[in-house]
Amino acid sequence: MSLLEVRDLTVAYRTGNQVHQAVSGISFTVEPGEVVAVVGESGSGKSTTAHAIIGLLPGNGSVDSGQILLGGTDIAGWSSKRLESVRGAQIGLIPQDPTSSLNPVKTIGAQIGETLRIHKRGDRRTIARQVIELLTRVGLSDPEMRARQYPHELSGGMRQRVLIAGAIALRPRLIIADEPTSALDVTVQRRILDLIDDLRREFGTAVLLVTHDLGVAADRSDRLVVMRNGQVEEQGTTRAVLAGPQADYTRKLLQDAPSLTPRRFRDARPPAHTPAADEQPSAITVRDLVKEYRIGRKPFRAVDGVSFEVRRGTTHALVGESGSGKTTTARMIVRFATPTSGSVTIDGTDVARLRGEALRRFRRRVQLVYQNPAGSLDPRESVGDIVAEPLRNFRLADRAGRSKRVRELLDRVALPQAAYDRRPRELSGGQRQRVAIARALAVDPEVIVLDEAVSALDVTVQAQILDLLDGLQRDLGLTYLFISHDLAVVRQISDTVSVMRKGRIVETGTTQQVFHAPQHAYTGELLAAVPGAGAEQAA
Amino acid sequence: MTRYLALRVGQAVLVLWAAFTAGFVLLQLLPGDSILIKFQNPELGLSPDQIAEIRRLYGSDAPAIVRYVHTLLGFLHGDFGYSIDTGTPVLDRLAEGLPATAKLATLGFLVAVLIAVTIAFVSSYSRFAWIRGALLALPSLFVSVPTFWLGIVLIQVFSFQLKLVPVIGGTGFEQLILPVLTLAVPISAPLAQVLARSLDQVQAQPFVAVVAAKGASQRWILWRHVARNALLPTLTIAGVTFGELIAGSVVTETVFGRNGIGRLTEQAVAVQDTPVMLAIVVLSATVFVLVNLVVDLLYPVLDPRLAAKVGVTA
Repeated sequence: MSLLEVRDLTVAYRTGNQVHQAVSGISFTVEPGEVVAVVGESGSGKSTTAHAIIGLLPGNGSVDSGQILLGGTDIAGWSSKRLESVRGAQIGLIPQDPTSSLNPVKTIGAQIGETLRIHKRGDRRTIARQVIELLTRVGLSDPEMRARQYPHELSGGMRQRVLIAGAIALRPRLIIADEPTSALDVTVQRRILDLIDDLRREFGTAVLLVTHDLGVAADRSDRLVVMRNGQVEEQGTTRAVLAGPQADYTRKLLQDAPSLTPRRFRDARPPAHTPAADEQPSAITVRDLVKEYRIGRKPFRAVDGVSFEVRRGTTHALVGESGSGKTTTARMIVRFATPTSGSVTIDGTDVARLRGEALRRFRRRVQLVYQNPAGSLDPRESVGDIVAEPLRNFRLADRAGRSKRVRELLDRVALPQAAYDRRPRELSGGQRQRVAIARALAVDPEVIVLDEAVSALDVTVQAQILDLLDGLQRDLGLTYLFISHDLAVVRQISDTVSVMRKGRIVETGTTQQVFHAPQHAYTGELLAAVPGAGAEQAA
Repeated sequence: MTRYLALRVGQAVLVLWAAFTAGFVLLQLLPGDSILIKFQNPELGLSPDQIAEIRRLYGSDAPAIVRYVHTLLGFLHGDFGYSIDTGTPVLDRLAEGLPATAKLATLGFLVAVLIAVTIAFVSSYSRFAWIRGALLALPSLFVSVPTFWLGIVLIQVFSFQLKLVPVIGGTGFEQLILPVLTLAVPISAPLAQVLARSLDQVQAQPFVAVVAAKGASQRWILWRHVARNALLPTLTIAGVTFGELIAGSVVTETVFGRNGIGRLTEQAVAVQDTPVMLAIVVLSATVFVLVNLVVDLLYPVLDPRLAAKVGVTA
């Protein structure tokens, strides 16, 4: 008998009179002790499936038909009250975002011990002892101190360990891990996934791993369930699906996943180190850039002596984990932050010295595209107004001219003309990012800084946006500064790379050099942590 | 922590001084001289010399800056001057009204909190959308109801129609019921609104789903996780709203004929009794500043993230 069997599960959300079927008649099983990965893009219904199993659908969602058999018992129709005995004890949940998944006003120890207290396992003293054991088991140093700390005192990776400790406290037979590492840095992600693997082996727990990252699924799962639009496109053993995908959609997913299908490095352009190229001034020159913050009495160097150059018409990537100073560096380059010392020169202009009107005019030459297109577009403006705004600010055209220019730009970024009058919320994530790119292009900038510009997008959309950026660079001779934590993406978009760590650049070189022959140990560690590497060799 | 405390207390003192100065200047700018208004009354039959003597006694013939310094020093020593209306020390008049108002305000505030909490919790946890909708419409209604009107309506309904509460006489407790309600209703509105919204926001936090996934019941989640997190924004509003109690008590005490600071304010304004008005301004400011100081000091206790910022080690 399977540990978990989902049969013809259909889940729908109701908003007003509208019914939206998020999951339509899916079936799959999880055997004891195995890892089943449910993969799919946003909106595929993978998270809804996970939440339906543990009975935690939002208020307007409901299981309309089908069965959820846990050890042979159908729990699909159970009330929330009745499910309380199952949750935590038989099914544990490891959530997505460790930052917001812990109660900020309760101690770590209280939140881990809570699972035991809810299910009345032991008195205060035994619970306290078990909490320490659990903290030790998930690899946190100094568990006695950790138990007394609050979530904000721990890093993201540590918080995820705490959440894992809470989920395994009662040794449930099934753990649902809902995107457990998508908010974490790659090196931390690897350690967390290793921990889940270890615990699974030790306790014989089955894991239902919900992820958008095919690389993670490929590395960590025994079987794959590929979902799309609420239906199962394909399922089978991970090895078989990766080696010979049956469904077209799976094939496309695999192709677009940068970590599984490494594209060729882009052709170096313009040809490196020809005399002509060397004489040409760099588009961006950064020299000994330092940004110091004062936290209390001791100064903290977020950026500590960073130098690099970017040739015109090329892409330079700044890679690093959170806190490495890459975004602070980018903010100083576009002058949203003032350097403590050092210089930034863009086409001969010293950026740090700019003030007032000169600074405003400088903004025409350097544009920024952010990570989250939903947050960087005014929800109340139409796409036409959003893209035209820089033109208005710089008085570049009259009303008719602006409208014409906006329509050209929409074509340029391959958005339908119908998008002109839409609001951002009516567009998909990828379309929104196209709007943000069109807005950046409006004033004919020389340099575009892309701060994690494709990190929030699904792989297929990500691939499309990267292609778009590539085409624009070819046609318009743009210079990109590409900030990213995702090495797989960096590999395919950039000509040169700087790897940052703790405010310093540990390694710079062409993308090929850095990826094939990393000089610094940290670069090697980063590369090894990219998920999907194992699968590449296996396949 | 000591630094944070010193900073906050310093700010409080500054605010008080600013309130005193602004009050003093504004009262000086009022047209007319309160002493002249009172003593030039032909019925008193005072000669101009006598009036000049009275003005000298009150010190109101001195230049403004001298009076300012003199009054400020007096306030620092707890001497608020003499009421022009009654001739008694302002301090005595305040002391007379304060206990009644303090009782009214405190009870009014507690009842407001009770109403707000009930509305917010019942609406957040009701299973029926219509109950929720109806309850969430209440705060807008409450805040729009004028206090004087509400007081009169309450007297009409409960005293004259239902005869539940006597209009005159009755025990002290009976006398308090209607004024307290009148005061509480408008104040409960913003509290209920903010609390209901915070509850909803906290409910939607991922950590609530995590607790539910541990097998916690609704009640467990509500009391052990949601309530404390939702309290923080409400506390801020509570501090600000407390000031409204003083404004509210003016109308309430007048409508219900209760002697208190509110009534005193009304009387002082009617006869332009500047020393009393100034003392009331400073008293209100003090209460306001103290309440908000307490609120500020409570934050780090309720939220350890703020404790880290102010340097308390948890």
